[in-house]
Amino acid sequence: MKIYLELNGKQRYEEVAPGESLLSLLRRLGMKSVKQGCATGDCGACTVLLDGRAVRACTVFAPQVRGRRVTTLEGLGDVDDPHPLQEAFVEAGAVQCGFCTPGMIMVAYELLSRNDNPTPEEVREAISGNLCRCTGYVKIVDAILLAAKWKREGKWR
Amino acid sequence: MEVGLKRRSAVGKNVRKVDGLSLATGRPKFALDIDIPGALVGKILRSPHAHARILSIDASKAEALPGVACVLHCGNVKRIPFTTAGQGWPEPSPYDTVLFDSKVRYVGDQVAAVAAETEEIAEEALKLIKVEYEVLPAVLSVEEALAEGAPVIHDEEDSQGIYDAAHNIAAAVDIPVGDIERGFAESDVTVEEICEIPYSQHTPIEPHCVIAYFDEDGRLVLRTSTQVPFHVRRIVARALELPMERIRVIKPRVGGGFGSKQEVILEPVAAALALRTGRPVRMALDRSEVFISSRTRHPMRVRVKLGAKKDGTLHAIEMEATSNTGAYGTHALTVLSNVGSKTLPLYNKAPHLWFHGKAVYTNLPVAGAYRGYGATQGYFALEVAMDELAGRLGMDPVELRLKNHIRAGETSPIFEKIGEGREGVPMVVRSCALSQCLRVGAERIGWDEKRKSPRREGPWAYGVGMAVSMQGSGITGVDMGAATIMMNEDGSFRLLVGATDIGTGSDTILAQIAAEVLGVPVERISVYSSDTDFTPFDVGAYASSTTYVSGNAVLRAAQEVRRKALEVAAGMLGEPAEHLELADGKVISPRTGKSVTLSEVGHRATYVADQKHIIASASFVPAESPPPFAAFFCEVAVDTETGIVRVERFVATADCGVPIHPKLAEGQLEGAIVQGIGHALTEELLFSNRGRCLNANLFDYKIPSSLDVPDVEVVLVDSEEPTGPLGAKSIAEVGINGPLPAISNAIYHAVGVRLTRAPFTPERVLSALRQGRRLG
Repeated sequence: MKIYLELNGKQRYEEVAPGESLLSLLRRLGMKSVKQGCATGDCGACTVLLDGRAVRACTVFAPQVRGRRVTTLEGLGDVDDPHPLQEAFVEAGAVQCGFCTPGMIMVAYELLSRNDNPTPEEVREAISGNLCRCTGYVKIVDAILLAAKWKREGKWR
Repeated sequence: MEVGLKRRSAVGKNVRKVDGLSLATGRPKFALDIDIPGALVGKILRSPHAHARILSIDASKAEALPGVACVLHCGNVKRIPFTTAGQGWPEPSPYDTVLFDSKVRYVGDQVAAVAAETEEIAEEALKLIKVEYEVLPAVLSVEEALAEGAPVIHDEEDSQGIYDAAHNIAAAVDIPVGDIERGFAESDVTVEEICEIPYSQHTPIEPHCVIAYFDEDGRLVLRTSTQVPFHVRRIVARALELPMERIRVIKPRVGGGFGSKQEVILEPVAAALALRTGRPVRMALDRSEVFISSRTRHPMRVRVKLGAKKDGTLHAIEMEATSNTGAYGTHALTVLSNVGSKTLPLYNKAPHLWFHGKAVYTNLPVAGAYRGYGATQGYFALEVAMDELAGRLGMDPVELRLKNHIRAGETSPIFEKIGEGREGVPMVVRSCALSQCLRVGAERIGWDEKRKSPRREGPWAYGVGMAVSMQGSGITGVDMGAATIMMNEDGSFRLLVGATDIGTGSDTILAQIAAEVLGVPVERISVYSSDTDFTPFDVGAYASSTTYVSGNAVLRAAQEVRRKALEVAAGMLGEPAEHLELADGKVISPRTGKSVTLSEVGHRATYVADQKHIIASASFVPAESPPPFAAFFCEVAVDTETGIVRVERFVATADCGVPIHPKLAEGQLEGAIVQGIGHALTEELLFSNRGRCLNANLFDYKIPSSLDVPDVEVVLVDSEEPTGPLGAKSIAEVGINGPLPAISNAIYHAVGVRLTRAPFTPERVLSALRQGRRLG
C-alpha cells in the first residue's frame, strides 16, 4: 500500500508493506540515524518523534504513520547546521560509540519541548527507556541539562 | 621526550571528539548504514540441542525456495579448524572451531547459513532445512564436565591446542612463587573466600553486523563492526583458505564492543556466503543471538586464601580459578591467566603465592573476551577477601590496602611468570598514584565517618565499602600498533591508524598526541581508522592497549614528520633544524625571530624545491604494560525486608597517567563502573536444565538504565608514566573490576552478610540475611 507521511518537514508518498515496521521504512528511506538495537522495544535506539511524541520505531507499523508527522535525528540538524542538542551532546562528552545517541537526543528533544528546566532526576526519568552501555549516563544527563540551559538562554533557534 | 611535557597545546584538553558531531547528527557511519545494491541477507540456523551429532542435513527444500541464493552447512563447506578469538599470532586459543561442524556443542551453535533476497525469505528457508540429530548427553556445569566419565565435548581429531580434551579441560595454569604452605604457616591470620560470577553479556547496543561485497577488481570487502580489523583479515583468510591480499576489511564506526567484537564470528560466514553466491551479503545478529551466540564473560569461581602478619602485611596469597569457557575455548587460557596476572602484583609484599586453575568446556554459550578479562573475576574474590581480612585484623580496609599495594619503583614476580598464554616479562612499575587515589576517594565519600556509624532508616540499612584494582596497558612484547602521518601542502595532516576506535574516542586521543608534537590544533589533523588496505597494522582495540601502544606509535610517527618538516624549514630559514621550534602552525627561529608557516613548508616540499612527501610511519611494541590503578568507594542501601540493594553513591578515583582527554577518560570509567554495577545487581543469563537460555533479551536480562544507577563520581588522580605517550597509560578496563567487590563489601558493612555470588539479587540478599553469616 502507499501512504502519505510528513518526514522531517517534507511530504512523502511511499510504498509500505502491511507488516513493515516504521524502523524498517525509515532506514529504507535513508534515515540511517534510526538504529536497530533490539527490535523489541527495549533499547530505545530507534526512537523518533511521531507528531512530536517520542516512539520506538520498531514497535510502530509503517502504515500507522499514514498522514502523520515523523521526525528523525536528521530532521533536527546536520553537521553544517547542528541543533543545540546535538552540539550539547558533543560538548558534554555524551557521545561515546554514538549508537544510542540518536534515540537519546530524540527523547531529550521531547522532554525539553515540554519542560526547558528539568531537574537531573527528570532527565534520568525521561531517558530511562533508552539504554546506553558506554557512558554510564553521567555525561548524557549533563548534555541534556546543558541544552536546557541554552534553551532557557534563548540560544535555540 | 622530544616535545616538552610542560607546554601542552593539545594533550590534557577536552577537545571536541573528532567524530562527535557526525555521530550526534546521525551520519551513516556504522557498518550497515550503507546500502549495497543487490545485497542478499544472511541468516544462521542454530542448534536446538546442547550437545548433538548431526547425522544428516537436507537443504534441498530451502535451496528450492524462490529467493534463496545458497545454503551452507557441514556437507558443503570444507572443514578447517580455527579460532574466532581475534588475538595476535600465534594464537593462544585452541583451534577447536570449524565454520560448520558435524557436531553442535550448545543451544545456539551454528548449524547452517542461508543467503536470500530478503530477510523474510532467509528466515523461511531456515525452517525448511531438515537436520537429523543424534542427541548426546550434555554437560551443563563445570562440575559435570570435570566428573569422571563425563561426555567429551571436543572429541574431534583435528583440533589443536586443547590442554586436555578427554577431560574437557581447555586450558590450565599452575604458577607457584615461594612456598605457599610455609607462607600460611608463618601467617598470624588467614582468611578464605570463594566468589562466583555467572554468565553475563557485553550487550553493545549495536549488534554484531557485517556487509560483505566485492570491489571493482573482485576482491572481497568486509565492512564490519569489529574491534580487530587486521585479525579479521587473517582469520577469514585461514578459515576460508583465501589469500590475504584478496581480502579488505573496513572498520567503520562501531556501536560498542567491550570485547564481544574482538571475536571473529559473523565475518567468515558472510564472506563464505558472498564467495559462494558471488553477491554482496549483509548479516546482523538479532539481540537474542547476541546474547546466546556471540560471546559472554567467562563464568568463574575464584577461591582466594590470604595469610597476613598481625600488622596487616600480606604474607601468602593462594588463588584458584575455575573458569567455564562454554562450548569453545576462545580466550580460555588468557582470561584464566589474567585472573592472577592482573591481580596478584597489586599486593606485591606477599613473598609466597600460588595461582592455579583451569578453564573447562561445557555445553553452554561460548565465553570470550570481556572488558576486565579475568581481572574482574579475580578482583571480586581478592577484594572481598581483603575486606574480610581487614575485619579479622581490626584494621580499616583502606589502611590495609595502603599498607600492601605496589608502589612506583617496585616489581612483582608475577609479571615475569605469567604472560599472554606463556611466560611474561619482568617489569618495574614506574608510576603509581594508588595511595593518593585511596585518600582522595575516602575523603570524597566521607569514609571515616560513614564507616564508624552505619545508618539505619526503617527497613533500610546503609553501609559503605571499597575495593581497589589495577589492569595493564597492552600486552607486553605481543601487541603492535602502527601509524602513518602525512603532511598536506597546506600544513594540515592526515593521520592513518590501524587502531580501532570502537566508541572509546581513540581517534581523538591519537589526533591529540599528533597535534601536540606537530604544533597544530587538533582540527588540522584528520584521522582515519581503520582499513586493512589503507591504514598500517594495529592489533586492534583490546587489552587496554590503544592509548599506550597505538599512542606511542603515533608519537613516534609524529616526531619523524616533525623532523622532516623542520628540515625543509631549515633550508627556507637558513638555519640548522635543531635551532628551530614548531608551534601554532609555524616554524620559528628563536634566534632571528623569523618564521615560516607549515603551509609554506608544505607547498615548498610538494611543489617547489627538492620535492618530497613529508610522511612517516612508525610502529610500537610495548616492552612493558604499565598498570593503571583505581580505588572504588560506594554507599549502598539494603532493604532488609525485601533484599533490594540500591547503590546510593559510587566514587571512583583512578590513576591513568596523564589523561590525554580527561572527559573521555572519565567517560571510560563511568561506563565501566555502570557495567560493573549491572554485574553486581542484576545481570545473569539463566538456562533451562537442557541448556536453553531463558532470558536472551534486554527486558529479562537487565542492564542498568539511567534510573538504576547513581551519578557515578570519578576523579582522575594524575601521575606521569615515563614510558607512556606524553605520560599516559590505559583507562578502559580498570573501572569494571571495582563494583562487584565494593558493593559486596558495602552490603557486608550495612547488614553483616557477605554476598559472594553475583548478581546480588533480592532473593540472594534475603537468603543471606536469613542465614545471617556474620564474622569477626
